[in-house]
Amino acid sequence: MSGSSLMDSLFQRSLEDLIKGLRQQLIGEQAFISKALEEICKEIKSTDLSTKATALLKLSHLSNLHFHGMSFAAFHALEVLSSPRFSHKKIAYHAISLSFHDSTPVLLLITNHLRKDLNSTNEFEVSLSLQCLSRIANVDLARDLTPEVFTLLSSNKLYVRKRAVAVVLRVFEKYPDSVRVCFKRLVENLENSDPQILSAVVGVFSELACKDPRSYLPLAPEFYKILVDSRNNWISIKVLKIFSKLAPLEPRLAKRVVEPICDLLRNTGAKSLLFECIRTVVTSLSEYESAVRLAVGKVREFLVDEDPNLKYLGLQALRIVAEKHLWVVSENKEVVIKSLSDADPNIKIESLRLVMAMVSGHNVSEISRVLVNYAMKSDPVFCNEILGSILSTCSRNFYEIVVDFDWYVLLLGEMSRIPHCQMGEEIENQLIDIGLRVKDVRPELVRVARDLLIDPALLGNSFLHSVLSASAWASGEYVEFSRNPLELMEALLQPRTSLLPPSIRAIYIQSAFKVLVFCLHTCFVRGGSIVPSASMDNFPAGVSASASHESFDEISVENSADATVVHGQTHASAPITKASIVNLLNLVELALGPLLGSNDVEVQERARNLLGFVDLTKPEVLNSSVQEKEDSEGKGVETSKIIKLMCDAFSKELGPVSLSAQGKVSLPDGLMLKENLVDLEMICGDIKPPSSYSFSFGSPYEEEKDWLSFSNLHIKEDSEQSNESTSLLAEHRKRHGLYYLPSGKSELISNDYPPAKDPTLQGDINDNTDDLVEITEESLNPKRKPNHGKPRPVVKLDEVDEKPVAMKQPEPRDDSLSSAVRDVLFGSEDIPPTSSRSNLSNNPSSKRKGKEKQHTDPRVESRENVIDRNSSSRRSKDRSHGKERRYRSPKKKNAEERKNTDQKEKEKRHRDHGRHKSRQRAEEPLKVPAQTSVIPDFLL
Amino acid sequence: MIKAVMVMNTQGKTRLAKFYEYLPVEKQQELIRGIFAVLCSRAENVSNFIDAESIFGPDSRLVYKHFATLYFVFVFDSSENELAVLDLIQVFVETLDKCFQNVCELDIVFNYSKVHTILDEMIFGGQVVETSSSEIMKAVEEISKSFLYPFLLCLSKKTC
Repeated sequence: MSGSSLMDSLFQRSLEDLIKGLRQQLIGEQAFISKALEEICKEIKSTDLSTKATALLKLSHLSNLHFHGMSFAAFHALEVLSSPRFSHKKIAYHAISLSFHDSTPVLLLITNHLRKDLNSTNEFEVSLSLQCLSRIANVDLARDLTPEVFTLLSSNKLYVRKRAVAVVLRVFEKYPDSVRVCFKRLVENLENSDPQILSAVVGVFSELACKDPRSYLPLAPEFYKILVDSRNNWISIKVLKIFSKLAPLEPRLAKRVVEPICDLLRNTGAKSLLFECIRTVVTSLSEYESAVRLAVGKVREFLVDEDPNLKYLGLQALRIVAEKHLWVVSENKEVVIKSLSDADPNIKIESLRLVMAMVSGHNVSEISRVLVNYAMKSDPVFCNEILGSILSTCSRNFYEIVVDFDWYVLLLGEMSRIPHCQMGEEIENQLIDIGLRVKDVRPELVRVARDLLIDPALLGNSFLHSVLSASAWASGEYVEFSRNPLELMEALLQPRTSLLPPSIRAIYIQSAFKVLVFCLHTCFVRGGSIVPSASMDNFPAGVSASASHESFDEISVENSADATVVHGQTHASAPITKASIVNLLNLVELALGPLLGSNDVEVQERARNLLGFVDLTKPEVLNSSVQEKEDSEGKGVETSKIIKLMCDAFSKELGPVSLSAQGKVSLPDGLMLKENLVDLEMICGDIKPPSSYSFSFGSPYEEEKDWLSFSNLHIKEDSEQSNESTSLLAEHRKRHGLYYLPSGKSELISNDYPPAKDPTLQGDINDNTDDLVEITEESLNPKRKPNHGKPRPVVKLDEVDEKPVAMKQPEPRDDSLSSAVRDVLFGSEDIPPTSSRSNLSNNPSSKRKGKEKQHTDPRVESRENVIDRNSSSRRSKDRSHGKERRYRSPKKKNAEERKNTDQKEKEKRHRDHGRHKSRQRAEEPLKVPAQTSVIPDFLL
Repeated sequence: MIKAVMVMNTQGKTRLAKFYEYLPVEKQQELIRGIFAVLCSRAENVSNFIDAESIFGPDSRLVYKHFATLYFVFVFDSSENELAVLDLIQVFVETLDKCFQNVCELDIVFNYSKVHTILDEMIFGGQVVETSSSEIMKAVEEISKSFLYPFLLCLSKKTC
């Protein structure tokens, strides 16, 4: 046996052999590694520890750099760990810290090994063991090894002691009860003069303070002393980290530390410390104007520095300041904007964020102009980053900062023309959204849309298709503002539209339908060749009451003044004559004919609709074009009736619908909504659903009965399809969430929206047109923001409930660790253990005591005694200090006095013997009264 | 707290990986690949930061330094100072340089254990415990001695 193991170890490949082999292999890396793994699996089972250790080392190497799992070797690692040789131990510890985790089954077996090594006389063994503990400690390990860690915290070997301090972090985190044992020693180490120890302790406290700063407030005097005295940048940085957490909690502390931090700011040469000072000032001391000014001065030095790191960090610091002091950003505006063209992507993004932070109502157009120029010049990624941030900033809170919507729509159009633009969908949403909400912008919107539609080059860019779809929709929906509908029609039907995806093509066709109806309506119903823009102005109010939909009227009145001016100059557009109409109809037939066989249902159906309409009207148009005008009025009655109807159908305003609209419909008498509808089937059973239901253009009232029965039938069908329809509805709500209000709050909403189907209104539309106009006007009127000077033309429906639910206040962290720390610091050890603490595996403290008796020597006993003595002496001290405090008012003057006495005490203690000194100092924070609400006045 | 230390070459091969919280090897590989993908797309003479939050989750920062064929990458959270960690990378590389006399990639490849030892002397459980390269050197030399010392003891015992 020994012979074979000797052979094994003689001919075993070392790690170096493995690495060399890996570099020279010809069979492929994976194949080589799996062969090596096979070898290792054999070797690791060897009884010879050296062979085992080498195998384990090779395995660790493969696991670390070639990512092969090594959990199978967990037990072998423990075996190697038991070797007396340091080199084996080292390999084993390395393997363990690579592969062990909380659910490794053999984790329980490691406790004694660790304990043995923690008590070793070789400081490197102790260090290895501590390192391992810091990596794998779980509740049990932390609990069982707390006594050892406690001993090592006052080890006289610095090398061990600083590691023991560092390991405390993990032990506290895993086993909060250990705070009771170790915390005092940890605090004692804050007094240590050795910078290495101090660095480790301050590091631990900065980590602890990150999680729960409030618990460490009582230690502020110690930290303050370190801040003032320290000459080590690492330590100063960590202390600053602690103070940036503590200062916001205690204004008096903030006041106290401002000066030393400013001194550091002025005097330090180290950039890292300088930056930390800046960060501390801008995050936690931002109400101290002079400090902020000083910090900002330093930031400016960073911004103009050659080093891109400093520049980046300077911009980051500016962004933190911007939240409270926007003037700082404006002061450095030029540098920030210049950074937009920096070579470094980090700097560019950071400066973009800063620029966006500067945006407000009065500079939005200026900034957007600059940014769009940058977007045109920069690489695709950053270009879209810029566009995205412009879009999101401008649309924030219902276009809060946009004052001039004509400008914004133009900007959207311009943005979509930037070559790298990939924000099509967002632009689409905003174009439609603005079209619906802002009435004044519609003429401009149609013009922008026309410019986009008419450019055949844009059809080739697939990122722009969604923008084109929005343009097509807008130009169809608001065609009445178009200067030249004929041109629009040609744009919508141009051959290159075949490049569009079917869904967008369908929108194009539908828009073409709307435009065509508008042209026909203008030509025939309003009588002949009137230029559409002009027709708007001299639109006779009484031509057809049904055709005059309210928004149309209102707009024409509002816009008449400038519309005539603007449009008057650009009257070059061809007037709509009958000949042009005929051309138009031919064009439609030509363009859409092939689409009748389209595979896409949506395209096919819409093309069929449009062609059907053309078929219906074309003979009449041709007919009337031959005859005299008077005749056309007589004979073309049918056609004009159809045109009028279609025009009506399309001209209904499609505004945003309030979610509570349904709730406002008053229930008609006799309608029982909550009635059981089971017998419906019986009634409807014998009615055969019509195979096809053709929509009638006639008066709806004649067919009311059919309608009723039909809709009844539909109720039944609906219930079958309800799944599908509800999901569709949900999707719709999601997409158009802006237009809905949260349900269940209907009674809260102000009554600014008309009942959607008020029975009185339904009775006779024509009679009540005026009311309707009034109501809709009212509803579509621009809402004003209470604190906004200018009228806001945005239709904003959901003002009431749009405010997001207030962010959940973060629960004050009161986990077991911080409560344990508080217990120790505030000396309330007598309170019963909190539930979280007792949750830890069945009463840990008793278990710990039991274990200690089993495994440890009397040393531990005496140590416990020391603790006891400490606490009792502390209690007596507490009492005396409590008395003293009672007569002190926490006024500043007294506090100053106290600080002075503290200082004297310290000086006195300096002369005392070291050990005695440190113990006394450690007790100082414990003089704090038990209530956390009372702020200890030695903070000042 | 430092979350991870990585050294990889310009081809994306990992030369050193140390994670201070347990991560399964597959996850480690994924993270390293993610970082390398960003690193190799960056130009020279730009800042040494990468947005790590998309790779490592919230509250993580990343600084790296590029030396010859190697990237040295440190990942840490908000309780460390970015510039100080950059200095730390410098210390690490200096120490390697002292240890191997003009360090190159091969030294790191062939001295797997020693590089780990050096790193462990600097960073302990995610916390920086030593920032002086001469102190680190001293400790590393001591450790190599104690490799031999018990070994000699063993031999002498056996021969006796």
